[in-house]
Amino acid sequence: MVATTIDVVSRHDGDRTGGARKVTAALVLLLILVSITGLAIGAADTSLWSGLLAFVQGEELSVRDKIVLLHIRLPRLLTGVTVGAALATSGALLQGLFRNPLADPGIIGVSAGASFGAVCAIVLGTVLPFASALGMALLPIFAFAGAWSATLLLYGIATRQGRTSVATMLLAGIALSALTMALTGVLIYMADDAQMRDFTFWNMGSLSGANWSKLTIAAPVILVSLIVAQALASGLNSMALGEAAARHMGVSVQLVKRLTILCVAAATGVAVAISGGIGFVGIVVPHILRLLSGPDHRRLLLNSALLGACVLVLADVVARVIIAPAELPIGIITAILGGPFFLWILLRQRGVVDL
Amino acid sequence: MMRFSLLSKIQMAMVAALLALLTVVVVRDAGAQTAPTRIISVGGSVTEIVYALGQEHRLVARDTTSNFPAEARALPDVGYVRRLSPEGLLSVEPDMILAEEGAGPPETFDVLAGTGLPVVSIPMGYDLLAVERKIRAVAKALDVEDAGVELATQVAADVAEASQLAGLRDQKVLFVLSMQGGRIMAAGADTAAQGVLELAGAQNAISGFQGYKLVSDEAVLTAAPDVILMMQSHRPGATKPADVLAHPVVAATPAGRAQAVLQMDGMLLLGFSVRTGQAVSELAAGLAAAGS
Repeated sequence: MVATTIDVVSRHDGDRTGGARKVTAALVLLLILVSITGLAIGAADTSLWSGLLAFVQGEELSVRDKIVLLHIRLPRLLTGVTVGAALATSGALLQGLFRNPLADPGIIGVSAGASFGAVCAIVLGTVLPFASALGMALLPIFAFAGAWSATLLLYGIATRQGRTSVATMLLAGIALSALTMALTGVLIYMADDAQMRDFTFWNMGSLSGANWSKLTIAAPVILVSLIVAQALASGLNSMALGEAAARHMGVSVQLVKRLTILCVAAATGVAVAISGGIGFVGIVVPHILRLLSGPDHRRLLLNSALLGACVLVLADVVARVIIAPAELPIGIITAILGGPFFLWILLRQRGVVDL
Repeated sequence: MMRFSLLSKIQMAMVAALLALLTVVVVRDAGAQTAPTRIISVGGSVTEIVYALGQEHRLVARDTTSNFPAEARALPDVGYVRRLSPEGLLSVEPDMILAEEGAGPPETFDVLAGTGLPVVSIPMGYDLLAVERKIRAVAKALDVEDAGVELATQVAADVAEASQLAGLRDQKVLFVLSMQGGRIMAAGADTAAQGVLELAGAQNAISGFQGYKLVSDEAVLTAAPDVILMMQSHRPGATKPADVLAHPVVAATPAGRAQAVLQMDGMLLLGFSVRTGQAVSELAAGLAAAGS
């Protein structure tokens, strides 16, 4: 990976910027198509076209169709777009920061922290005095709080005298995850049957609970994180050569690290809070794009956001129609579709790029 | 005095006929609103009650836990009771949802509230009173209250009769939900299993916790059950009576020494619905046979 990065940075034979630009254009087109699909297809027979037609002609839609289009499919689509973009960008950022192709938000404790928060809300929700006041917001708030506290704790552990050691973070992350998982286990032991089911389903993720109120809180946070991520691109490119080299190139290494981690914690924390645990997107999406258009973060981060959004929206369409009127958890779909596809790309490119 | 031509008389007659027709249509629509005919039944025990009330022709869908009677399985499945999706529910075009307490998630019902679709919550519980309450609530929602009272009375009589016959014995019974890695998942307080055991006049051998939990070997030994109660399962890999009896600690209990294991259908035993009377009498008869 390091070798190919040098090619891109120094713009010699391996310059794939043009290719990456074409990929961006293709992904924008794909996202538009996928979004239309997301609005048009669902368990209900409500038609997007008749809805649009009614809107253009100024007619009143039936209450049911209006709810299906505006309060079920549209917030679900936008949640899929933002969550997919957040997960894929977070994966790309962390793989860049850790210079490790296997990095994902789990590595900085986000996933374990969010799980712990979620299980707290599910199991202790009936006991805690303020829980009933929060109502449906309880689980997302707890999941987000769990994700954030785990990441900040880990960041604090790995930072000494104003310098964050990436290696310490990696190792301490493993220890902290084990600890958090043990605490989660204690709560699961206390849980009753229904709560255990709830937690299992939460862990597999779903966009079924998407609504406007969640989206209006989550989308701005994710949007800001995505913009900050773009600004980090050149810094991460330089850091691919190693921290010392990046420092000599004038990159404020500590600032890049701090912003990357905060960005990921914010974006993933919010994404996991509103949609549960959705695996695989953060790892597969950036890899597919690296194979297609090279590891230059200036394009990779943008393309990851686009492809992540497409993948999640598409997976959600499959999740809601495949066993309609019931629904599959989306985490199952991303893994079933993503796994073989990723393997196929990997095998096809084996001779070209050596990971 | 006004005079009308034949033509205008015909026109007036047609208008009158049209008005009459409209009235009929409007009245019929209003009638349709008071008696829902496209109902989604969520929760196994709720569906069972709808069938027992003879109102199954009004069902359009059911949830995954609704699998008795067998005909119910032919209805479209809207998913697991606690994981319903709003669009899935709307897609079968219901005019009412009958849902057991605890159905969810709340976000789904929140979205449905906007459609004005009535969602009736049916209270749950693990005693005779709860069964009667459930039946009456379902009957009220279906607008067949008289039949509901009749069914509730009959079920109460069934259960009372079965309990009375059964109440003669006082056996200690351990309900084993499953075995996981050589450990036993048993029913504690506040479970349907304990509820049905009490109706049958038997005792839950184990206490001190709520819900279904993995229990230690020593707890099983101390509990000293006379009979082991399990659910019937045809799934491959499900825990079988032989697996439980082969457990060294279970083998050392009175139930293990007597090889006293009773298996019953899960939905019948734990459903707390129309068939609870039958469940109690079968359980009592089974316990008597297994314990002797």
